[in-house]
Amino acid sequence: MRRISPWSTPALIGFAILITFAITAGPILLAGASPIEAYYRFVVSPLTSEVSVLEVLVSATPILFTGAAVAIAFRAGYWNIGAEGQLLLGAIAAAGLGTVVGGLPGFVALPIMLAGGALAGAAWAFVPALLRVRFGIDEVVTTLLLNPVALLLVNGLLHGPWRDPISGFPESQRIAASAEFPTLIDRSRLHLGFPIALVVIAIAWYVLARTPAGLRLRAVGLSPGGARFAGVNVSRTLFMAALVSGAIAGLAGVSEVAGIQNRLTGGLSPGYGYTGIVVATLGTLTMPGVLLAALFLGDLTVGASSASRALGIPSQIGAIVQGALLLTTVALLALRRNRASRAADPGAGGSVAGDVATGEAPVAAETSSA
Amino acid sequence: MTVAGAGGIPPALELRGITKRFGDLLANDAVDLTVERGEVHALLGENGAGKTTVMRIAYGLTHPDGGEILIDGTARSIRSPRDAIGAGIGMVTQHFSLVQPMSVAENLALGRSRGLRLDLREASRRASRAAERFGIRVDPAARVADLSVGQQQRVEILKALARDCRILILDEPTAVLVPDEVDALFDTLRSLVAEGLAVVFISHKLAEVAAICDRVSVLRRGRMVGTVAGSTDERELARMMVGRSTFGVERPVDAATVSAGAEPVLRIRGLDVRGPQGLPALSDLDLEIAPGEIVGVAGVSGNGQTELVEALSGMRRPARGSISVDGAELAGADPQRMMGARVGRIPEDRHASLIPALSVAYNLVMERLDDFRRGGRIDERAIADNAAQLIERFDIRASANDPVGTLSGGNVQKVLLARVLSRDPRLLVVSQPTRGLDIGATEYVRSQLLARRAAGAAILLISEDLDELLALSDRLVVLYEGRIAGSMSAAEADRERLGMLMAGRGSGKAA
Repeated sequence: MRRISPWSTPALIGFAILITFAITAGPILLAGASPIEAYYRFVVSPLTSEVSVLEVLVSATPILFTGAAVAIAFRAGYWNIGAEGQLLLGAIAAAGLGTVVGGLPGFVALPIMLAGGALAGAAWAFVPALLRVRFGIDEVVTTLLLNPVALLLVNGLLHGPWRDPISGFPESQRIAASAEFPTLIDRSRLHLGFPIALVVIAIAWYVLARTPAGLRLRAVGLSPGGARFAGVNVSRTLFMAALVSGAIAGLAGVSEVAGIQNRLTGGLSPGYGYTGIVVATLGTLTMPGVLLAALFLGDLTVGASSASRALGIPSQIGAIVQGALLLTTVALLALRRNRASRAADPGAGGSVAGDVATGEAPVAAETSSA
Repeated sequence: MTVAGAGGIPPALELRGITKRFGDLLANDAVDLTVERGEVHALLGENGAGKTTVMRIAYGLTHPDGGEILIDGTARSIRSPRDAIGAGIGMVTQHFSLVQPMSVAENLALGRSRGLRLDLREASRRASRAAERFGIRVDPAARVADLSVGQQQRVEILKALARDCRILILDEPTAVLVPDEVDALFDTLRSLVAEGLAVVFISHKLAEVAAICDRVSVLRRGRMVGTVAGSTDERELARMMVGRSTFGVERPVDAATVSAGAEPVLRIRGLDVRGPQGLPALSDLDLEIAPGEIVGVAGVSGNGQTELVEALSGMRRPARGSISVDGAELAGADPQRMMGARVGRIPEDRHASLIPALSVAYNLVMERLDDFRRGGRIDERAIADNAAQLIERFDIRASANDPVGTLSGGNVQKVLLARVLSRDPRLLVVSQPTRGLDIGATEYVRSQLLARRAAGAAILLISEDLDELLALSDRLVVLYEGRIAGSMSAAEADRERLGMLMAGRGSGKAA
């Protein structure tokens, strides 16, 4: 709601970045490096060479998917914390299908991989969604608890039936060549997953901003009671949002298997599903925001590893910066909401996420007048 | 009467000139009240008369704009419940503040524990002592969640007594009780006053006042009408409660628009609806509304009005019975089907019926998004045109892109009205349509309802404002405890009889 927010959302995120740098200067000094130099390495260095820019895009690819997945669910007021598990199920499906589609040409094999991964992710999201809309069981708990289960499933496969018969490593067999995502630029790791992620984000943006289904989804997230009163089927909307969210998270798994690992491995995802929550929150649950946040975090990831090499600081500093950024952003959003509600507005959203979700309302209003 | 301390002993609680303003609403206008030791003192009034507000002030939950509070004859500053407890005041509100998973003893200990040690045995001892002294029987080891509502209320009273309260305020204590529990509560209150406590009993039910109270103070629209003995004639009390004047209200409805023998639009038969706690809210309700007829529902809130609106809105599934609109059976239908049957709904909670964070334009089309699509996408131009047209027609003082949550109450109501009336409803269900609105908006909303009536719609009007009901309705029914306590045409309606019926005195014959 524009006239009650003292700061615009982009300004707020920029402010959060500044505060984060101030907070994380301490750990960097302790590690014996200059904070200014470290931040230069984190943020600017990766953008100075073509190779590292492409690496930024590679790092951003999985979290573009999971960020979009989480943002869609959160916009509907469905708190899907299970993108990690849904991603792993998508990866399992891709690794499995990838070994059997060898005889097919790429333009057939790749859609099969994508569809299979999306279905697997949606299937992993299905039971928590059903429990939520039928029995009101909190999806935060159920989706979260299914994440370690998915990881156990991966490890069970890798230490059991899918163990590489030749090397004996806990890795699945390499997928067929026609099932691999082609790289887009020679001698880089940038693969087809990146443009697919952009297309997914574009479609999600269009659906949310421009279609009746998207408006209903937003209405359910903003005010379930009001939406129900206006005849929106709230349960069905939540259910569909949960499945779509799971499907998109599943695509992240396909993308990592077909684009990077070419097989199922235990270390396939260093928590991309959880990072998706960070991306969605930093992106204020809007698709353009998710795009920017994922690219920024990709930048930080590449920057953190180069900073650790160049300055001899632990690579975990990158994770510390990321964590501090999330906390400051959420804190600032909460602060803004408090100020807004102190300005006596009975209709203000009741949660940080609700506040985040209203971020797009003025955008939608502007585009609608065009 | 049984007033104990008439001779020289100062009153237990005295309020002088308590004034409280909420925005434009004067909730308490220089209210004076004197409560003596050893009496049950009723505070009687309609909803919104200011009963609860004045007692919340005495308990430190609300801060007054003016006036003073005297305890035992000395002025005390009561800025918080802590101050009130220190001054010997206890209050049992309608919503209990008990920790459900904990035992009774633990709840009692919570209220008064000091220091580090939790002395549950002491709490149990106190509970059983109080139980003996006042006949309040509760098992100290029982889990609060397992207790009935009546027993939980006893725990609340025990909590207050455990803090050595000398003045006990009960806010509509019988609203949540079944009849047996009411008798038990009254026994408790009698033993409390026998011990010299003062009890303030907030109520709107005449029968209770007659049964338990020594004196009655009546509030109307924030002002103290007067204090009389509990044995005062009920008809007189009813008159004090609702007022006898009908100042300024001219019935704009003269020409009857109901044609004789017309098929009713709405027909409700044997409707049972359960409330949020699963308790019966409406029992075996029958109601018909003809085309061009406004049926007004009078009654103190909490007597089934909300559930009736929810059942007709498709927001609450009836337990039993039939709702038909133009012959189509709709009991248990969802909001979508209700709208399809041309039922227009304007509930009392306007914000909860809209999406406050979305724009006026989107809210205006939320009920029928599928009419505003072109291909797969939203037709933003049609939505903007629709908004411009309705903003003009319904005089909504806002721009189409403003979030509804930023609008004033009157404009929010106009948005809801525009959304509903633009669909030309056959049945209109309207609850508290002018609550909180200024005079201009009130007039406007009423004129729109009358225009719908003239156009042949059936209108169910639920209001706590008797003047509004008398001004708009063709026929009046009174809801009391989920049943229709009485029904009358607007011509034969009089305030005194309505007041009696609303206060549960169904036998009160028309004078």
